[in-house]
This record gives sequence, C-alpha cells and structure tokens, in this order.
Amino acid sequence: MYVAVKGGERAIENAHRLMAHERRGDRDVPEVSLAQISEQLALAVDRVMSEGSLYDRELAALAVKQARGDLIEAIFLVRAFRATLPRFGASEPVDTGRMRVARRISSTFKDIPGGQILGPTFDYTHRLLDPQLGEGFLPEQPARSEAADAATPRVTDILGRDGLIEPSPQQDADTPVGDLTREPLNFPAERDLRLQNLARADEGFLLAMGYSTQRGYGRNHPFAGEIRFGEVEVEFFAEDAGFAVPLGAIALTECQMVNQFKGSATEPPCFTRGYGLAFGQSERKTMSMALVDRSLRARELGEEVLAPAQDEEFVMSHSDNVQATGFVEHLKLPHYVDFQSELGLLRKLRKEFAESADRAEPLQEAAE
Amino acid sequence: MNAPAYNFAYLDEQTKRMIRRAILKAVAIPGYQVPFASREMPMPYGWGTGGVQVTAAILGPDDVLKVIDQGSDDTTNAISIRKFFAKTAGVATTTATTEATVIQTRHRIPEAPLHAGQVLVYQVPIPEPLRFLEPRETETRRMHALAEYGLMHVKLYEDIARFGHIATSYAYPVKVNARYVMDPSPTPKFDNPKMGNCPALQLFGAGREKRIYAIPPHTTVVSLDFEDHPFTPYRFDAPCALCGAGDAYLDEIVTDDNGSRMFVCSDTDYCESRQAAGHRGSESAAPHKERAHG
Amino acid sequence: MADVQRETQCDQPLLVAEGLSKSYGRLAACRDVSFTLYPGEVLAIVGESGSGKTTLLQMLSAQLASSAGHVSYRMRDGVLRDLNSLGEAERRFLFRTDWGYVRQDPAQGLRMAFSAGANVGERLMAVGWSHYGRIRDAASSWLERVEIDTARIDDAPRTYSGGMRQRLQIARNLVTEPRLVFMDEPTGGLDVSVQARLLDLMRNLVSELGLAAIVVTHDLAVARLLSHRVMVMKGGEVIETGLTDQVLDDPHEPYTQLLVSSILPP
Repeated sequence: MYVAVKGGERAIENAHRLMAHERRGDRDVPEVSLAQISEQLALAVDRVMSEGSLYDRELAALAVKQARGDLIEAIFLVRAFRATLPRFGASEPVDTGRMRVARRISSTFKDIPGGQILGPTFDYTHRLLDPQLGEGFLPEQPARSEAADAATPRVTDILGRDGLIEPSPQQDADTPVGDLTREPLNFPAERDLRLQNLARADEGFLLAMGYSTQRGYGRNHPFAGEIRFGEVEVEFFAEDAGFAVPLGAIALTECQMVNQFKGSATEPPCFTRGYGLAFGQSERKTMSMALVDRSLRARELGEEVLAPAQDEEFVMSHSDNVQATGFVEHLKLPHYVDFQSELGLLRKLRKEFAESADRAEPLQEAAE
Repeated sequence: MNAPAYNFAYLDEQTKRMIRRAILKAVAIPGYQVPFASREMPMPYGWGTGGVQVTAAILGPDDVLKVIDQGSDDTTNAISIRKFFAKTAGVATTTATTEATVIQTRHRIPEAPLHAGQVLVYQVPIPEPLRFLEPRETETRRMHALAEYGLMHVKLYEDIARFGHIATSYAYPVKVNARYVMDPSPTPKFDNPKMGNCPALQLFGAGREKRIYAIPPHTTVVSLDFEDHPFTPYRFDAPCALCGAGDAYLDEIVTDDNGSRMFVCSDTDYCESRQAAGHRGSESAAPHKERAHG
Repeated sequence: MADVQRETQCDQPLLVAEGLSKSYGRLAACRDVSFTLYPGEVLAIVGESGSGKTTLLQMLSAQLASSAGHVSYRMRDGVLRDLNSLGEAERRFLFRTDWGYVRQDPAQGLRMAFSAGANVGERLMAVGWSHYGRIRDAASSWLERVEIDTARIDDAPRTYSGGMRQRLQIARNLVTEPRLVFMDEPTGGLDVSVQARLLDLMRNLVSELGLAAIVVTHDLAVARLLSHRVMVMKGGEVIETGLTDQVLDDPHEPYTQLLVSSILPP
C-alpha cells in the first residue's frame, strides 16, 4: 500500500545534526582551534582568502574548520559572508615595489639588485614523508640579524627601463575599474575583469590551463621574471582627511611572467607580460594565473586564438569553483519530473523502433 | 569577529533595487534575458540562487510564500528554501497554491490555475535555449538580437528526421510575445500550455548564469514546432492512483522489486486538495497518513 | 512583368568594387582593385598563393574590412548600397539569402553533425519556412539537383566523400536562390575526376539559375570552364583582366603567360 513520503524537514535537520557530530569526530581527540589552523595550515587559509576574495585569516580559518577541511566549501562560506558586507570603496593601488619581501626570486637573471631571497619554501626539499612531524616536533629557531635595507626593484621595471618589455597595459585613468561581484560578466571582457576573474579562480583549473600552454596549447614561451612574497601596505583615500590613510598590511604573492616577444609594423619587438597576484603565499596560483593572463591576451596582441587557455569565454566561464561545484553537485537534487518526461519519450521511441524493425531496409552504401 | 546582521529577506536594499531594475526590464521585453549581477547566496549556485534572489527582491511582509520542487512542497530543496525565507523574512508560508501570493518553483508549474496578483518564480539552470547548439555567449546574444532562430528549427527538424518526433521532453523552447525564443526552465513540456495567456506574472531567475527574464500576464507563448508536426503535450496512459486526476502530471513510483509501478500526481497540493474534496483513485487509502523517513 | 524587370536588372551592375585595398602594417595584401560584375556573369580571380585573391574575396563578401576603397551591391529592391553602410543585421541577412559562399573545405561550410536535409533546409528555416514536409521536399529536390542520392538526406556529411560534401555545400548555398555566389577554390583538394564532374555541375547550375559568381582559384582550367571573365593577380595587384578565352588563349603579361604555359596537358 503506497503512502506518500513526508517528513523531509525532519530528515534534513537530522542530517545536519549528524554532520555536526561527524565534524567534531572522536570527542577524545582535542578540538582543533582557529589559531592552530591559521598558524599551522597557513597555506590552506591563504587559498581560502584568495579564492574567497576576502582578507581575514580568522574568518578563513573558521571556514576551513566549518567545512571540515573541504577548501571549496570553505571558499563558498567566505564568499557568502563577503556578499553581506557593506562596501566603503576601493583602496589605492597597492605598491608591490615597496613590499617587505620575505621571499623574492627571478629566473631571468642570475643576480638582481636586492638579491635572490629564497625565503620559506618547499622548493628543493626532498619529498620524503617526515614522521617526526607527527609527534610534537619543535623546529629550531632560525638565526636572526638586521635586515639589509636594500631596495628590491621589480625585474620587469629593470627590463622596462630599456624598453625590452612592454609597459604594463594601462587602462584609461578615468575608466572605473570593473567589479565582477557587482556587474554581470559580458564578453569580450577587458583585462581588469579578466584579472579579477583569474584572481578568484580555482587554483587547480588555472594550474591545468597554465600547464596546457606550456605543453603547446597556445605556447607563449614564459620565463618567471619575478616572484615575490611579503607584506604590503593597504591605503584608503579618506575624503575628509584629504590624503590616503594606511589601513594595515596584508601578505601578498606576486608573479610577473616575461613572455614571447612581439613587435609590429610600427613598433620594435619587446617581451610581453603575464601577471598573477594572490593573498598569502600562493605561488602555484600566481604563476598559473600569470600564464593564463598572458594566454588570454591573445586577442589584444593579435595572436590566433586556437587553444582552450586562449579562449576567454571558455576560461572565464568555468574558472569559478563555487559556481562550478554548485552546478555539478546540483545533480543530486531531485530531477525525477524531467526524468519522467524522458522515460515517456524513450518508451515511445522504443515502441516505434520495435514496430518498424520489421520494415527494416538493407544497409545503404557508404561510398559515393 | 563581526557577526553579520541580515536585512529583510537576506539581500540588502541596494541589491534588491538592482534586481528589481532587471525584473522591470525583463517584464518590458518579454522573453529577453536581462543580465544581472547575481550575488553569492548562502546556498550553492545551481540550487536555486536565481529564484531565491528574485523572490527576495519582490517579497514583502504581507506576502504568502509557497515553495515547490518537482511539484511537491516536501522535497528537500523546497523545504530548505522555504525555511530560508521563513528565517530571513518571517513571511507566512503555505502549501496551498490558491492562497499563495508568491510561488517559487523548480521544474513544475502548479496544476491549479493561477490568478491575477500571483507571481510564479521559476528556478532556471541554463537560461539560454540555444546554448547546446551554440556554446558561445557572444554568438547567441547576436542571434537573439537579430531574431536569427534558424538553428533552433534545425534541431527540431533533425529530431523529426531521426525519431519521427521532436525529441525534447522538457525545457521545450517557446516563442514569447512573437519575438524572443525562450527556455521555460526544465519544466516538462506537459506544462508549456500553462504559460500562455496566464493571469499571473511569471519571473525566471538564473543565478549562476546571471540572467533574469519574464513573461508578463496574458502574453502569448507558443511552443516551437512545425505546421505539420504541431506541438502536442505529453499525455499519461492512466489517471492518478490516489486522486483519480486525469489531467495532471504524474510521478512514477516503483513499488516493489518486481518492477511494479504506480502513477501519482507530482503536484502534492493538487492531489491532496482533490482527495480532501472526495476524489479517489484506484490505490488511495486515507489521504493524510504520514510515514517519516530518515 | 518579371521578365522585363529581370532584363532591366541585367543592364545594371550587380557588384561594383572601387579601389579596394588591404594592408597589414607595411604589407599590402591587396592594392587598388576595381571591377564591375553584372547579373549572371562569372568572374574568376586567378593567381598563386600570396597573390591576394582570397583577401580580395573576403573584402568583396564583407567578411573583411578594407583599408581603402568601396564595395557596392545592388539589393533586391534595385538600390545600389555600399556594403559598409549596411547594418550587421542586413549584412547577415544578405549572407544567408541573396549570397552564397562556397568554401574550399566543405567541412567549414557545413554543419557536419547535422543531416544533409538539415544542412540544406537551414536557410529556409532561417527565413521562416515552418512546414517540415515542404522543407524536406525542397532539400530533397536540391540534393537531386546536385546529384546526391536523395536516400542519403538523413545522413550527416561526416559520412560523405569529399566530392559529395562539396556538392552538399553548394546545395546549402543555393537553396535560397541567391543572385551572387562567392567561391573560394571550390575544387581544391578533390580528385581530378571528381573535380571535372563538380565543375560540370557548377557550370550547369550557374547558367540554369542565372547566377553571378566570383570564383577564386589558382587553377586556370577551373577559370576556363566556369568563367566569362578573368582577373589575374600577382603580389596583391590585378595585372591582367579580360574575357577568359582571350586572356587564356592570348596572354599579354609575362606572368600570365607563365601561368598559362604551366598548365599540365590533360
């Protein structure tokens, strides 16, 4: 005897309660604190801030905890919170040239003013699992000394002084910077919107797209002109004060790629650029972003658009992991009404197929 | 940490204003997809954020809200959305179609005829009817602007050549106000006739794709077809097993391991109302017995 | 009445090119090309690769903006319009109805995943034909006209040979009875025997339908078979022009003589 199933509301409540229980895990195990996540899983927090488009370590750590370590779920939480925040305006452009660098490298020159500073990095480590880390391991304190007050000019500025690299493409100073979170995206998109889209984009997606360019899908001969990581001041122009007020410092990673040179009938050839920027220490993200940024400039640089990484609509429509996961996972929602329609159609077609099978015609010749 | 404070129906007033402007534009150009700056909502893209934003923008404190998914008020996502509005707007909610002023729906149009003053808000995954024929947004925009719909008919022609029928059973494309071709959202083609000359306002929200479109009341809506292969709504072979309705869209329920099946109204409110009025189908027991799962 | 109209239309030019030029930076792909095309006339533009002939064809068909010069086309209402003055909607409509464009690679000019019938019927549907049976009949009759077995109307051109695809492309372009057809190396890439059959078909269709055509080709035999007049291009410029038989039998320019003398004997 069929009875209509009810009680969906209670089922959902119970499911959420069960999930909260699972999230806590074994109660004999100490609960993880936000400070622990922010300090010791710092790179996860950095990623959530970058792709969540919100600089707040504590909130990002909370999101990571609430999401049980699922970073895309954490990014979603941060984005949803960000959407509720009041907006005061835009900061002054951040001057990464004045960054207090913790790490700064260039692969285009052996040595550069200010030096190659390796900083904290996994680079050149041997990827051997270290059981010592499992049991309250305390690394030794690093040696300290006075920081050399050397300037660290951007490598791209050095190249630019001789005109060897194109100037950073500037938009008209009067054109307001577009805001993806406030206006719908329209194609073709200008570079400001493209860079915004890439800054929020899923790291894995950008990584794959960047990788594809290196493997020949729209090759643009990249060199890592410079990668720098450190703190920069954020300033906000206060109308009442009449000058820019410092709001504080944030940690940023910046990557400048130096790419395939290009000239024209009226211009001598010079290197072209790709740019990447992210919160915290996110080298993979900024490098991939710079590769894809350069790739997407194909149109404005007069290059043939052949590869997926050069296809603006393709890259920008699929780079947002919150959107992507929403739609992929929405397949879990009930679809039985449409499925019913398809079943009906299919049954009808099968019936007609069976009826016409008797009247089958001999195979047609394929050749002309 | 700053605890967020939420506005009535979650969205801030500026966002609501932006969405209402888009809605007005959509109503002024029936069937045309108006781009809007979809906000990040607390539920995932693809789970109704477009519909929720439209509803949040038009909801007032005196509105009565009904939310259905697959025609039922009791499916998981309908419950989740109804709770969301109960929490953020405190509006009265109902399962009765005739009592609602705003109905948010996914994949069905209610069976009970709508009346003037009601608003039906559809959740739309892919607003562009040409999307699977032409993936480029720049090109489809041009096709709509120039009313170049040949490609759409090519697809229908191809279906007839291959299957003998137009092989679209849901999200069946329509022409609105004799101008724009529109995707009615993944409602079964069975529901298409309800959209034409409807006394209620129909609004369509696609959050992830960032489009809003509309059919104003009493607008012509014609399902695309050929003169010699006219649109025919889907018909079921038998009436609802619970209430006996012969004109409603039915869900197929598999009742045992041997493949026994039963067909029951998808619109739960319609079915229950009919049973309350004394109508019976072949399989009905007392109408309101509940059995909870999970 | 229609005959009188057609006659008077025949006196008036269908397409007029004046001083057409296209340059990319310092490279002049096409320089100062002018000519007049009349209804029912077939003009061949011959030259080797790099001669500028394809660039010219693209400018004539409004697919490429010229750096200098004009192209004017006489619309169905008799008015001669500068192509630059047409709105995008008008231009696209022209391309789908009054013009045809046959590409060298038929896969570029067809919807490979759709059936032959859909390919031929598309333009009809684009201009509002709404009766499946009639669309199918029209498609079928055109398939017959281009000598494709009508039983293959539901097959996709993916299953067709190169020659058949090209014939399908022609049918797709002619179904709206255009007055002007552009052809870019229409027989390129096909076997010699297939080419011959295709050229024969094209010649018959052009004359039956009173089509005007501009055919770009490097193959003088194609020019000889199809065209009334020929323009020889080299380095972006027209170096010789005239009636096809005259130019090919008695070339004046050394380059033309070179081209003519290098046709392999059949």
